[in-house]
Amino acid sequence: MIKVDGLTKRYARTVAVDDISFEVEKGRIVGFLGPNGAGKTTTMRVLTCFLPPTRGGVEVGGFDVLKQPLEVKRRIGYLPETPPLYPEMEVTEYLNFVASLKRIPKAETRQRVDQAIERCSLGEVRNLLQSKLSKGYRQRVGLAQAIIHNPDVLVLDEPTAGLDPKQILETRQLIKNLAGDHTIILSTHILPEVEQTCEQVIIINKGKLVAKDTVDNLTRRLRGSEAVAVEVEGRDGPLDAGEVRQRLEQVPGVSRVLAKAGGQNRCSFEVESLQGRSIRAEMARAVVEAGWNLTELRPVAFSLEEIFLQLTASEEPAAAGGEK
Amino acid sequence: MRNTWAIYRKELKSYFASPIAYLLMAAFALIFGYFFYAATAIFVTRGMESQMMGRGMPMDMNEWVIRPLLMNVSVIALFLIPMITMRLFAEEKRSGTIELLMTSPVRDVEIIAGKWLAAETLLASILGISALNLIFLFIHGQPDWRPILIGYLGLLLQGGALLAIGAFISTTTRNQIIAGGATFAACLLLWILDWVSSYETAAWAKVMTYLSVVTHFEPFSKGILDTKDVVFYLSVIFLGLFLTARSMESLRWRA
Repeated sequence: MIKVDGLTKRYARTVAVDDISFEVEKGRIVGFLGPNGAGKTTTMRVLTCFLPPTRGGVEVGGFDVLKQPLEVKRRIGYLPETPPLYPEMEVTEYLNFVASLKRIPKAETRQRVDQAIERCSLGEVRNLLQSKLSKGYRQRVGLAQAIIHNPDVLVLDEPTAGLDPKQILETRQLIKNLAGDHTIILSTHILPEVEQTCEQVIIINKGKLVAKDTVDNLTRRLRGSEAVAVEVEGRDGPLDAGEVRQRLEQVPGVSRVLAKAGGQNRCSFEVESLQGRSIRAEMARAVVEAGWNLTELRPVAFSLEEIFLQLTASEEPAAAGGEK
Repeated sequence: MRNTWAIYRKELKSYFASPIAYLLMAAFALIFGYFFYAATAIFVTRGMESQMMGRGMPMDMNEWVIRPLLMNVSVIALFLIPMITMRLFAEEKRSGTIELLMTSPVRDVEIIAGKWLAAETLLASILGISALNLIFLFIHGQPDWRPILIGYLGLLLQGGALLAIGAFISTTTRNQIIAGGATFAACLLLWILDWVSSYETAAWAKVMTYLSVVTHFEPFSKGILDTKDVVFYLSVIFLGLFLTARSMESLRWRA
């Protein structure tokens, strides 16, 4: 759906984006991750035809942003960092305006506007002036504006910035609900957000691509192994933590077992696997065969936070050298 | 076409939803009312004087009242124009809504046309207020209406030209005050350019006089519709809007 090939964007004195390439398949949610000033917004602006690339090819839905910008714009819904609202307009009026900008046929406008209002839960404020909207509602109107023409691609620049925790959850849910029909690129500098909403991550730092992969793969790649939290319960009578531990260590592929907590007849461990081994199934069998109850078995994800710090830290000297 | 219409309506709405339109209309009504009063008062006094001196020739209302009034309005318009155009693009740039416009499947030309037409409409409705005063002239006298129409056409053309320049200036900044100030300076300059003609006859002075918007308005105020003046205004409008389009395009490159 989206093809970025060697994209470079240079401003007068600085290089905002430096030779980035990535592809996004249809229907994916991609998180665009990076610290402030990494070039996220610039990349998104190039994707949405707001800025032309200095070098490199960018295609959306098979159309080049430089050669066929109108076709690209037709297929893209864009929520900029600050939602582009007109304070003197009412929500419905605004959406009607956007609908005509996006060339929605007149006969469909009403239905599309109602749909957008419903999907973004704007029913309560539909007749309010936009200057009266709270931050959360402004963001949602911005989202409604972006999805109104049912675009193939949604580009969301920090959709949850400045929202309160409840609104953040709602917005994430909303984005997840939109995922089926749209390809979504969302930028953020909040790591858990990517973990929770995105299937694929693109990490950039100082204009350079640091990593692109699925969240799971990134986790695995960095650690090279799997970590699993296990909780075991004795079926009858108390449980000997040492015995459980011994049993777990015997499971093929396990490299390390850490005791986490223990109780009367239950204890929990964190088990790490050897490089490239999957141990969950084996472990479950081992526990059950030993006559215990397996009450919890959960992969412990390497938090993106760690990944991110690791990646950006290791790239830093190279990036600094390249800038000169 | 539909996009232009949508933008046109949005612009008009924001003029009339804010106090700008009403403020400009009120200010113009007040100033024009004053001029109108002065012009008719002079007309009446002169008329009585000439009657007492025994000259039977009736004075021409078009010549004595309407023409000076139209000239005055063309000057007042110079002051109104910056206030109409300063927000056109500067405000969109400041609030970020320009991103919506420029990432929608809309051509720059359509955006510019919609905005310029809205500005011209506002100017027309402000000028329209002066027509209310002129009704009195028709009630109490028989002025010729054709020169009046031509005069208003001239005002709209002159205004349109300055609005186009103002629109261009508004694209260059995100600060409305700067846009307004620079547009005001440009309007004023285009107004006073013809002053050199009073003491200088060299070629450069002729060029400057030619470039002055006032030079081209004078025939209109007399009720003369001259193609060369119409062409002048239309080319300034075109130039202004062309520059606006270029400037919008350069926004993308410069960002």
